[in-house]
Amino acid sequence: MKPDTAILASEPRSAHRPLSGFLRAMGAVIWKDLAAELRSRELLSAMLVFALLVIIIFNFALELDPKTRAGVTAGVLWVTFVFAGTLGLNRSLAIEKDRGCIDGLLLAPVDRSAIYFGKAIGNLIFMLIVEIIVLPVYSLLYNVNLFKPGLLLVILLGSIGYIAVGTLLATMAVQARTRDILLPILLFPVALPVLMASVKASNGFLQALPMAEIQPWLNLLIVYDIIFTAVAFMVFDYVVEE
Amino acid sequence: MQTVIEVRRLIKRFGLKTVLRGLDFRVEQGEFVALLGPNGAGKTTFLRILASLSRPSLGEVRIAGYHLPNQSAAVRRRLGVVSHLPLLYGDLTAEENLRFYGRMYGLADLDRRIAEVLELVGLAARRRDLVRTFSRGMQQRLAIGRAVLHDPEVMLFDEPHTGLDQDACAMLDTVLREVAARGRTVVMTSHDLMRAADLASRFDVLSRGVIAASVQRAEINPNDLLAFYRQSLQEVKA
Repeated sequence: MKPDTAILASEPRSAHRPLSGFLRAMGAVIWKDLAAELRSRELLSAMLVFALLVIIIFNFALELDPKTRAGVTAGVLWVTFVFAGTLGLNRSLAIEKDRGCIDGLLLAPVDRSAIYFGKAIGNLIFMLIVEIIVLPVYSLLYNVNLFKPGLLLVILLGSIGYIAVGTLLATMAVQARTRDILLPILLFPVALPVLMASVKASNGFLQALPMAEIQPWLNLLIVYDIIFTAVAFMVFDYVVEE
Repeated sequence: MQTVIEVRRLIKRFGLKTVLRGLDFRVEQGEFVALLGPNGAGKTTFLRILASLSRPSLGEVRIAGYHLPNQSAAVRRRLGVVSHLPLLYGDLTAEENLRFYGRMYGLADLDRRIAEVLELVGLAARRRDLVRTFSRGMQQRLAIGRAVLHDPEVMLFDEPHTGLDQDACAMLDTVLREVAARGRTVVMTSHDLMRAADLASRFDVLSRGVIAASVQRAEINPNDLLAFYRQSLQEVKA
């Protein structure tokens, strides 16, 4: 017996076009994350308040001369981005777990890596929004010019690497009862190369070091981004299935 | 009749613990099977394997002619799943939730389909309200709407009445009957024997990781279902 024609769903548009199906599913996940966040503002406000508090506390704690201050800028910036990013990653995946929504995502007849890329791009957008707000505030408080193309490139590459591995590990950690503690424990050792390269390359651009000294760190960032995006693409299906 | 779900010698282990121990299960097209059993019998684990959310350790699982886990995307296109969690986003409206899932399934003419489904589950008037403002019963009705959005051939219900009051349960039963009446194959786990007796066309008892007993609705008086259930459990223990 076949279902009533009145309630028959339409045939999938892209049954024979796997790539467009992949992009459509990825776009749907990004749209869903942005629409939900636009309404609740839970994730962004938590990340922003935390990030601004960190740079204000550092501003009072480090009463340094301008030269030394320029030397610690990269470290302070990346501590702020990384901790705010971890907060965002935890929250982003907790939303999926709370009402069983992650099962809803996994039940969709799409390549599951589309879900990973959708979540990762959403998380990256949130992290970049926080960085866009933090950078001018930092510039004002510390009287340091952060709007250098090289530094902005490093921040973008570092954020991509951090979110690529962070989204994968947050998906694993969210299954555990102690997810809030588990994510930093899993993430920081794995993300160490990207953090080290980001701090070194950022410092190089801020101190106006020769490009030959910065280039190896930039190369490391690019390689890390490619490797971890590829690894996440390959293993996400196994990470989410019991 | 065509076999829609076929499971042979299914084994599922979590570490050293074996939850399903060579389970055999078969459902024909249009059947409504109530899967009964005590807590810890493996009902939810079994349903999660059928839903491709969990990988079998050993054994063969075939749904609508497709193998799990190798052809899981093809199986998922033919499945609708409702659990005791709604699988809905609280910060999206009812309509936005259905639109999101419709996009994930790649449905065309989505506006018309969303309107039909909201009408089916009686939530057309609340289409623009946030899901977090819905009662548990309304969330569960919308969860059914989400599950039937792509018109699946097979529906899996994992204790859908959990946490609902009597009125909400009655309303959910009406929607469940309507879903089943459209010719879908349904497997529902439940602790509520009376409710299962009212809805299902077959009753299977799952105990200690195997199907301990199975009976058609036509072969049993609904009032005797509790005795049948108890006897099945005792036979497995013996």
